[in-house]
Amino acid sequence: MKREHITDHLILILGAVFMIAPVIVAFMTSTHDAVSVYRNGLQMTWGGHFSDTYSAVLTEAGGFTKEVTGFTMLKNSMILGLGFAIGKIIISMLAAYAIVYFRFPLASFCFWVIFATLLLPLEVRILPSYEIVQGLGMMNSYSGLIVPLIASATGTFYFRQFFKSVPDELVEAARIDGAGPIKFFIDILVPLSKTMIAAIFIIMFVYGWNQYLWPTLITTDETFFTLVRGMRQILQVWIGAQIPETNQAMALAVLAMLPPVIVVIVFQSWFVKGLVESEK
Amino acid sequence: MKRVQFADPLMPYMLLLPQLLIVGIFFIWPAAEAVRSSFYLEDPFGFGSTFVGFDNFTDALTSSDYASTARFTLVFTALTTFFSLSIALLLAVKADSVIRGASTYRTLLMWVYAIAPPVAGLIGVMLFDQHIGPLKEFAGLLGWDMQIGVNYFDTAFCMIVIAVWKQVPINFIFFLSGLQSVPKSIQEAAAIDCRSGARRFWTVTFPLLAPTGFFLLIINITYALFETFGIIDLVLKGEPGNNPITLVYKVFLDGFRGNDLGGSSAQSVILMLLVFVLTIVQFRLIERRVHYN
Repeated sequence: MKREHITDHLILILGAVFMIAPVIVAFMTSTHDAVSVYRNGLQMTWGGHFSDTYSAVLTEAGGFTKEVTGFTMLKNSMILGLGFAIGKIIISMLAAYAIVYFRFPLASFCFWVIFATLLLPLEVRILPSYEIVQGLGMMNSYSGLIVPLIASATGTFYFRQFFKSVPDELVEAARIDGAGPIKFFIDILVPLSKTMIAAIFIIMFVYGWNQYLWPTLITTDETFFTLVRGMRQILQVWIGAQIPETNQAMALAVLAMLPPVIVVIVFQSWFVKGLVESEK
Repeated sequence: MKRVQFADPLMPYMLLLPQLLIVGIFFIWPAAEAVRSSFYLEDPFGFGSTFVGFDNFTDALTSSDYASTARFTLVFTALTTFFSLSIALLLAVKADSVIRGASTYRTLLMWVYAIAPPVAGLIGVMLFDQHIGPLKEFAGLLGWDMQIGVNYFDTAFCMIVIAVWKQVPINFIFFLSGLQSVPKSIQEAAAIDCRSGARRFWTVTFPLLAPTGFFLLIINITYALFETFGIIDLVLKGEPGNNPITLVYKVFLDGFRGNDLGGSSAQSVILMLLVFVLTIVQFRLIERRVHYN
């Protein structure tokens, strides 16, 4: 049925170049030294200063932030990404389990309270959220960074959809065999949900890693900066410098995108499946 | 729900407790607080607050500043949504029709999804930079003296280009999976009936993609309104001046820089109503989508 058209390939190649070129330029520029970038603009060829630039941004406190190294920011990003993904999966699986598999008086009330959170993104209640977290003394802490972000019920919603599609016969069989709710959850439901958990984990890791506005407000102490949150400071220092270290700024941008990009490319099929299925 | 359920007086509440606690403290409380403080005028030096009714709302809605921000947000949202949807649709249709290299194209076109908006913003700012940016140089060749951060139009252009770049991948993923779920029999029947590929696309494939398109429309509007914050913040380099900003950015500016708590909260509440309407439309569409299948 299908015929190959050369124009189709041309359009796709153009599209791919449009998506990739900015990142290639960022990476190539990061392999030059600051002075040559300052003189000649952004670069599209290999500059040979790869290890100089990257060891400088990873290990030297200074350059951009004076207090924190790229390595520390990488670690903080990792804590935020993993903490957010794991926390969200555990909390939302438990909640979805209760909602789908238990009969209890306040069930529909709890359901609506939780799903109301899908209505309002963090951005529209940002100021009071900030004040509450400040009042609780959670500024500049990993818990202040992670826990408020978990408040949205996206994960619970996905797991609820999935649990509803699990055949009822499994519960019946488990009950006949005398398995209680905890045993059923751990021995049957969790193993059944493996692919779903993996897909949600990938989506949530990328989402958590890429958070910007919330970390910008909650972390003022540079030792808690994530790479993505650091972008603002990196740009500020870059503007203020005599000979701006564009190569280092680009190196940090590359580091900030590397882990989520790797995760998305390596687990592409799970990720796409999770994304498309969960939106249904 | 399930036909068979467990009955246990305590367990469901214990399972729900962590989620309910987090939702209560970090969602319901701040949302209620936003609504409450939108009716009060906070003393900037922290000496209490006065109830002012709807004054904050009328102040916000009648100020020329707010009107121009709202106008820009509308244009920004419309253009970002239109271009990222149409580019993604074109690429998805082509990626669906080629045989050789199909999976390579797919990977190359979707991976940018993983890049955070502010990271995209930083790279974009550098590409459009006055001194070192190749795109600024290229525009110069065409006789366009681009001045990001100085010229209103140029700054808006830069924001939209970055926002579109960042949003094409997710639209591409959804369109492609939509296209792949169009039954082969329909495609073959259409191919027998109609020789023109373009006509076949507009009369058969496009209507079948409509549910995906509507759904993506909402996703894209939400993206342009909220998630572009990082891009806008980086393009402005923290200096809004006379540059274009979106409504969400204004909530942030007035609340955190201007210390206008009541005004910022009133703007938040207006946005809440907007999102509320969008979400309801979205849920309706999801129901319709299920109907189609």
